[in-house]
Amino acid sequence: MNTPNTYIGGHVERVEDARFLRGAGRYIDDVTREGMLHACVVRSAVAHGRLVSIDAEEALAMPGVHAVLTAADVTGEIPTIPFRRPNPKIGPYAQPVIARERVRYFGEPVALVLADSPELAEDAAELVLPEIEPLPAVVTRDAALAAEPLLFPGTTEDNLAAVFTAGKGDAEAAFAGAALVVGDSFSTQRQTALPLETRGLLAEWDADAQHLTVHGAAKLPFFNRRAMAKMMDLPETSVDYVEHDVGGGFGARGEFYPEDFLVALAARITGRPVKWVEDRREHFAAIAHSREAEAQVELALDASGRILGLRGEMFMNVGAYVRPNGMTPVRNCAQFMSGPYRVPNIALQATAYVANKTPAGTFRGPGRYEGSFFIERLLDMAAARLGLDRRTIRQVNLLTNAEMPYPLAQIRPSDGSRAETSCDSGEYSEAFHRCLQAFDWEEKEKLDGRLIDGRYHGIAVSCFIEGGASGPAETARIQVAGDGGVEVYVGSSAIGQGLETVMAQIAADTLGLPMECIRIYHGSTTYLAEGWGSYGSRATVMGGNAVREAALALLARFRALAARRLGVGEAEVSVVGGQAVGPDGAVLDLADLAAEGLAGEAKFLNSDATYTNGTAAVHVAVDPETGRVEVLDYVVCDEVGRIVNALTLHGQVTGAAVQGFGSVFGEELPYDDDGALLVGTLADYLVPLATDYPRVRCLSLESYPSPTNPLGAKGAGEGGIIPVGGAVANAVASALRAFGVAPNHLPLSPARVWALLNPPD
Amino acid sequence: MGKQHYQITVNGEPQDVLAEPRELLIHTLREQLRITGPHIGCETSHCGACTVDIDGRSVKSCTVFTAQVAGKEITTVEGLGSPDAMHPLQEAFREHHGLQCGYCTPGMITRAYRLLQENPSPTEEEVRFGMAGNLCRCTGYQNIVKAILAAAAEMNASKEAAE
Repeated sequence: MNTPNTYIGGHVERVEDARFLRGAGRYIDDVTREGMLHACVVRSAVAHGRLVSIDAEEALAMPGVHAVLTAADVTGEIPTIPFRRPNPKIGPYAQPVIARERVRYFGEPVALVLADSPELAEDAAELVLPEIEPLPAVVTRDAALAAEPLLFPGTTEDNLAAVFTAGKGDAEAAFAGAALVVGDSFSTQRQTALPLETRGLLAEWDADAQHLTVHGAAKLPFFNRRAMAKMMDLPETSVDYVEHDVGGGFGARGEFYPEDFLVALAARITGRPVKWVEDRREHFAAIAHSREAEAQVELALDASGRILGLRGEMFMNVGAYVRPNGMTPVRNCAQFMSGPYRVPNIALQATAYVANKTPAGTFRGPGRYEGSFFIERLLDMAAARLGLDRRTIRQVNLLTNAEMPYPLAQIRPSDGSRAETSCDSGEYSEAFHRCLQAFDWEEKEKLDGRLIDGRYHGIAVSCFIEGGASGPAETARIQVAGDGGVEVYVGSSAIGQGLETVMAQIAADTLGLPMECIRIYHGSTTYLAEGWGSYGSRATVMGGNAVREAALALLARFRALAARRLGVGEAEVSVVGGQAVGPDGAVLDLADLAAEGLAGEAKFLNSDATYTNGTAAVHVAVDPETGRVEVLDYVVCDEVGRIVNALTLHGQVTGAAVQGFGSVFGEELPYDDDGALLVGTLADYLVPLATDYPRVRCLSLESYPSPTNPLGAKGAGEGGIIPVGGAVANAVASALRAFGVAPNHLPLSPARVWALLNPPD
Repeated sequence: MGKQHYQITVNGEPQDVLAEPRELLIHTLREQLRITGPHIGCETSHCGACTVDIDGRSVKSCTVFTAQVAGKEITTVEGLGSPDAMHPLQEAFREHHGLQCGYCTPGMITRAYRLLQENPSPTEEEVRFGMAGNLCRCTGYQNIVKAILAAAAEMNASKEAAE
């Protein structure tokens, strides 16, 4: 039986599925406590205004209503939500956990109603009357830049939260010597990640122990615990964040939001458990938005299509406040616009401006999706001008493994370890060729630009990198239970990606045990003294390597304990398949030594990013009568260093690609001129349906392990969304080449595509 | 608003529930009966996470009052398969990785169960059309469709074998 395990890379079905398939998953709304109160947030219906008073009298008079909390119930200064990537300029833009004198977006919390049932709380919330004197709303970039009006008068001099530069080489000289310069304006629309489960929290305050427990954690429980402890003026050890099953994250869920504090405060004030579950309508106004970006960028090339330089500026509407990761898409867009290409000279500037809209955060592939759309459009425009094949212009610029590590642009002001970063490994043309081969480019090219049965066909190709393995560390502890089972505690969190399966594969392979012995515990601060979580495509790399190291530490301890028990030297003990064998053949199982404290711990440290690279190709048909675009085929190939679980990898890449189609064609969060959000239900926000995108294929390569970690893995899955905007827009441009259209603004809704074909006179 | 007693049958078990006229079935199931497989994703009947089967039809339980289902038979995902064996649809979803976060899954499976009663041998297009009222944000639907087609084949094969 002592053959080495090969769970890693094998066909392994997910262990978490058994409970989900039977309806036995336990999501936050499934968690209840005896005597709990239900909270409903009263939100501003005005985008910008002075909060004069809040009349809660009528609501409080309702039977079953226990309290209406407002800013007046917060002692001292209103706490503000801390930043994940602090920088000197953004300080004044932090979000207070509740509005006190001024509201700055439609949906900003102004009060919290506590009642015996969610229905009562909602009824009562309708009776809470905030008096708000409206101020002019800043909705557009022009108004924001003109500071008409200032969102933070007295504290800031403009509405610019931050200005980042991404620099490398000498862009000015590169442009001066270029054979061709192409440039244009581009934009991507405001949208949100939209996990199918809305957010929710349940807070419990133990007055005797002075201890706060917050259920409903996701993404980064340890950071949020630190933030909460500081706001509550408690030691960190007096706060726990507990994770249950999580119905999707995609970047938006799990950040510290105003409700984290408000629900906890309510529990502390009332002494009763307090539960809040966001409804879908408030979700649209409350959870982080993303992607509202405009760019004016240029590419300099030589006559053979080699990129000499990239320059320009971008403007991102980050909403009314800078949320914990509000700067991530802004700086990412600048740093990663060069993508998988050799770009020796870069001068990009990305400006984050505030406006009276929901504060922004991340959505899968933050900044990368936007930047990829911009540069991929430029490459196709350049190819057309130079008379080059669209494949050639990419091929000559794709990075080679010989150039690794290849430095990307530097971000200033520096915002942490990733301000300087390098691609780690990979022959980027390999995924490119595999993708085009699977796509059958030569065959499909015959249809490119042709009108067939009333629709114009177009194809395009788009290349990308995906950063992963966000640092600086992850932790794990493994111990053997009395029954011989192996308990693995890891700081990573599960957001629906199959974490338990992947961690169990890695633990089982390292320990040489069957996966069935492994029990995975994750995502709660109760399990480990410190930890990080799951974001920035990091769990497999950071959590996986921490589990591996903890397992190795456990094996070392097993060997030492076994040697002592057998009275022999450690070198004389062999450890295989969960058994220690002495020189005379005596065998000890893990369970035999469990009582002696058989455990291993590890803190895996790594601040170097991994970079998965890949290529996507798409075939579309455009109906010129309606502007509707159908995706006839989509192939994406990525090189991920090492495939731990092909099933979950491909599942995530496919899902990300389809989310990308939603981004390109339909999902949009429009506002009116007064700053009112015009989306309230899923009838307004068009996410992909089962009927929409039936043809998505993906394949993965693992020829170039990442040198940054012993597993050789690279963060993956997220990448599926990154190339979609560029690929689809270029395919539409190619289909409609006879009309010379430039689809430079997303979404490519039927109305917009029709307008491209029917420009106003 | 006075509460009233209603008799309903859920997963084969008769239940007496006390509900306000405005109480939605999804809330009765989840809060009174602690049947938490059906989930709430929107409360506007767009997402399908709350899909249950009522007297042989797929219904989004967030848009039906408990008062409307008095005397009716309701099946949720918990009522599919047996304690020892999962339903072929549940098996197929696992085998084909037709779920990630699992939030839409109970509604998906309950809807797919009815779809295959309505049309035991659907084409891919029919499956996609039949599932269009159930949103999934993780999978992009490819593996859900594969799983349903595989389950249909499996169910038809065992039916043939039994005949």
